[in-house]
Amino acid sequence: MAQLFHRGANNIVKASLALVVILGGTAFYAYTQIARSSYLTNRYLERQQPVQFSHRHHVGDDGIDCRYCHTSVESGASAGIPPTQTCMNCHNQLWADSPYLEPVKASYRDNKPIKWERVHDLPGFAYFNHSIHVAKGVGCSTCHGQIDNMPSVYQENTLQMEWCLSCHRNPEQFIRPKSEIYNMDWKDSDLTADERNKLKTDYKIRSRELLTSCSTCHR
Amino acid sequence: MLRNKPRAEVMKSRIPGRTLAVAACILTLLFSVGCRYDMQDQPRYKQYKSSEFFGDGKAMQDPPDGTVARGQLQENKALYTGKKEGVDINAPVESTTDAKGNTIVATFPNDVEELPLPLTKELLERGEQRYRVFCIVCHGPVGKGDGMVVRRGYPQPTTYHDDRLRNAPVGHFFDVITNGWGKMNGYSSQIPVADRWAIVAYIRALQASQNPNPKSVTAGDTPGANETKTDGNQESTNTEPAANGGAK
Ligand code: HEC
Ligand code: HEC
Ligand code: HEC
Ligand code: HEC
Ligand code: HEC
Repeated sequence: MAQLFHRGANNIVKASLALVVILGGTAFYAYTQIARSSYLTNRYLERQQPVQFSHRHHVGDDGIDCRYCHTSVESGASAGIPPTQTCMNCHNQLWADSPYLEPVKASYRDNKPIKWERVHDLPGFAYFNHSIHVAKGVGCSTCHGQIDNMPSVYQENTLQMEWCLSCHRNPEQFIRPKSEIYNMDWKDSDLTADERNKLKTDYKIRSRELLTSCSTCHR
Repeated sequence: MLRNKPRAEVMKSRIPGRTLAVAACILTLLFSVGCRYDMQDQPRYKQYKSSEFFGDGKAMQDPPDGTVARGQLQENKALYTGKKEGVDINAPVESTTDAKGNTIVATFPNDVEELPLPLTKELLERGEQRYRVFCIVCHGPVGKGDGMVVRRGYPQPTTYHDDRLRNAPVGHFFDVITNGWGKMNGYSSQIPVADRWAIVAYIRALQASQNPNPKSVTAGDTPGANETKTDGNQESTNTEPAANGGAK
């Protein structure tokens, strides 16, 4: 029987095998990158809110504590979004005629809540709780970034499972004294590794096995 | 069967079949996306989800007026209202307006004069922390009415450090935090009852710390004098009240 394939065909086969590996690898790499990209995780996305509320003004310039508005952050799963009444504590007098505040006043008059766009939103199958993180020395800025510099809030981290686990595996790298929880300028390097390890014992943070077991967050 | 048919006809009957198969594949893929979404956004109310069922759109409905949750019967009138026994909590108080437009009142016949919680170091520390969260924005670090928001144009509140407020009973401060006063809104939705009393205790400590002439308070039987004395010595005497047990 005559040769079906040209002798050079061997090279084509080898080259195409290599190409499959390279293309496959690139595709896989691209997939992992796209899955982590801000396009899919909505990281850094600033949303159009019904009121141009600025954390930079209220927290950065006026020094209002997070808990003034997010009252349940120390006691509940949800940090709490302030009701219109909280805004009116100040804005019944202050800037009361500003057009920017018209939606707030309308909401107060008609007793209709303001419809804020959610920035952070975990899927329904993941359980998160603020109070335990705040009680065990994880500061707001570790997860939310420098809110006091944000004219409109964006998501600083991916909020993917990978991100939660990166801390649950080694919480001692991220914890701080309780007096610094609301300090937006805190750096993890402000404490030495030894001091942070001591904090971990003081807070009685549980083992890595418990914190990374599936039922901690999927319950 | 097939063999008898003209070739073209066989082709015709095959093409829709293949299209169908492809369409089925795509549909299955689409459905798998749908499944994922279902689990992401489950049909239950998370915090702040709006409701299409209730007219006002709130998923979390307020309990009907007059309902009392188990364990929430607010029997202790002094603790929950800051008013004396046998007094109508809505009784109006006589008030006047001072030169700056602040509403002021000189006598407080209805307000309790003793803290309804044991005065402990923990209570004062809690009070300081809560004061710094909720009050400092207007009343300033020591209660002189020079907070950040006032500097941005909010009308200035009166200082805590005059004889009128030094002599006011603790119940008055509780009443102001709870129901508001003059231009200040009530903070009952933001600050739980125990924390309000902690803040009141801390305000007493502030008053004592800023008083150049403590005699004017402790002399005579002015209401609130007892608290002021205790708070003034908080560092030295707190071992005794602490023995009464925790603040809450
Ligand atoms: C004056 C009231 C006020 C204060 C003080 C305040 N916030 Fe907010 N915060 C809001 C309001 C209103 C929203 C909803 C609108 C928005 O997302 O911008 C919000 C939204 C947020 C969100 C995004 C919520 C979402 O939709 O996922 C985060 C995170 C947040 N705040 C963190 C903080 C932190 C951290 C501090 C303290 C440094 C703080 N806030 C102080 C009023 C406040
Ligand atoms: C503790 C007092 C306080 C509270 C509570 C508060 N604000 Fe403000 N707000 C201020 C001050 C002070 C300014 C002026 C900021 C500046 O210029 O530094 C301001 C400015 C604003 C402005 C800009 C007004 C303009 O014309 O430029 C908006 C919008 C606003 N606030 C919305 C809100 C909303 C919405 C809430 C409720 C979630 C709220 N504020 C709660 C004190 C407050
Ligand atoms: C361990 C990380 C972490 C820390 C620390 C943290 N947050 Fe959050 N925060 C989250 C996540 C995750 C969400 C989204 C929750 C959801 O979708 O259910 C969130 C949501 C929020 C929201 C939106 C409302 C809500 O509760 O869903 C606010 C407001 C907020 N955080 C404020 C704060 C403040 C203020 C602090 C500091 C006291 C803080 N957070 C500390 C991770 C964190
Ligand atoms: C920066 C560190 C950090 C990040 C990020 C973080 N956590 Fe945590 N988490 C902790 C610490 C510390 C604890 C307390 C552990 C303990 O008490 O033993 C904790 C506890 C928890 C608990 C309570 C466990 C229990 O059994 O009660 C849950 C649930 C949880 N985290 C969920 C999450 C989720 C979901 C995310 C991601 C959205 C997340 N955490 C991100 C540090 C973190
Ligand atoms: C620290 C908290 C935490 C722990 C522990 C955890 N998860 Fe998750 N998991 C999450 C969060 C948060 C998400 C949502 C991520 C997102 O929205 O992208 C998630 C998402 C998932 C998803 C869906 C992924 C997707 O693409 O939608 C699966 C499957 C999952 N987890 C399985 C597990 C398994 C199995 C374990 C145990 C080995 C586990 N998880 C442990 C927090 C956790």
